[in-house]
Amino acid sequence: MPSLDPRITRAEPELWSLPERPLHPLEHWPTYEVFVLRTRGSHAQHVGSLHAPDPDMALVLAKEQYARRSQCVAVWVVPTEAIRWTPTEDEDLFQPATDKSYREPQGYLHTRERLEKYRDRLKPLPS
Amino acid sequence: MIEALETLLLSLADDDLCMGHRHAEWIGLGPILEEDIAFASIAQDETGHAQAYYQILTDLGLRTPDEYGFHRAPAEYRCAHLVELPNFEYDYGFALMRHFLYDAAEQVKLQALRNSRYDPLAGLAERLLREEKYHWLHAQTWIHRLGRSTEEAHTRLKNALQMTWPYAWMLFEPLPYEAEMVEAGWTPPMAELRTRWLELIAPILQEVDLFPPAPSEEELSSLAGARSGRRSPYFEDLYREFTEVSASEPGAEW
Repeated sequence: MPSLDPRITRAEPELWSLPERPLHPLEHWPTYEVFVLRTRGSHAQHVGSLHAPDPDMALVLAKEQYARRSQCVAVWVVPTEAIRWTPTEDEDLFQPATDKSYREPQGYLHTRERLEKYRDRLKPLPS
Repeated sequence: MIEALETLLLSLADDDLCMGHRHAEWIGLGPILEEDIAFASIAQDETGHAQAYYQILTDLGLRTPDEYGFHRAPAEYRCAHLVELPNFEYDYGFALMRHFLYDAAEQVKLQALRNSRYDPLAGLAERLLREEKYHWLHAQTWIHRLGRSTEEAHTRLKNALQMTWPYAWMLFEPLPYEAEMVEAGWTPPMAELRTRWLELIAPILQEVDLFPPAPSEEELSSLAGARSGRRSPYFEDLYREFTEVSASEPGAEW
């Protein structure tokens, strides 16, 4: 009896070494970036990408690719081509030339202490 | 009464068991990786649903899910012939059309069974419907997409519909003891469920210019008897394969 396993019965080794040819658009679907919401109201987190012929199919496929194992309440998909990014080889945009640590949250750590220290020097507001 | 209950639950469970197995034959062969994973997941769900139906019978002191699934004689199975059909030439149009017709039938059956007067079944139907929502979305999205795609896609769907239609129709073959079940309020008559099924799928198919053929009496009568144990010629290979592992070491715990 021939094998029931189609991986054996359908194998066509002669096709594996065919020369490369240009792909038809239907053979080469665009990619979508997938985001999931872990709980209601939480931020959408980027979890990966997938191939799909259109946004509806992308949603259907995204559910099983990225939301079948962990908790999830919603999935978003965005065409990868809709995304614009800064050039990764150029990080100058993100390099400050002077100390800007005052912009960081630590800058506010000792606000109360400083306030207490100078409280007695505050003049009462004119009535 | 217990025979009636067993028949009802086995018809649901055995359909899911075989459908899960047939869908699972696509693992590694799906048209693209993403779809391979989604369809395999649906296959896994169906097998799990079979187990949940068997468990209701187990809880009544009858056989265990494994005994029902893997240790019955072929004539004791109550599945419809649609789910026994092999994947033939591995045409994904066929797989999707069968999935569409089958999961539409599941929608209709489960929507009705959530109101069953047999509480364990009503509770289970409610639970399964949540998971089935995805199956139904997946099936509809594909039919919608491929039905408006290329001529080749449409032709494949059309041929698949033509081929599977009488089998799908017979998913609603009246069950043995059906009068008793209906009387007890466990399920509506199968003929009534078939009408609801037709109402559900006809507009979806029409939208993509697909029209189910009218099945002839001759075709239908050649498929009759599945729910009383008459197996199709395709069951033997399927049965041998899905019982192979459990038969290799009887009594082993997996």
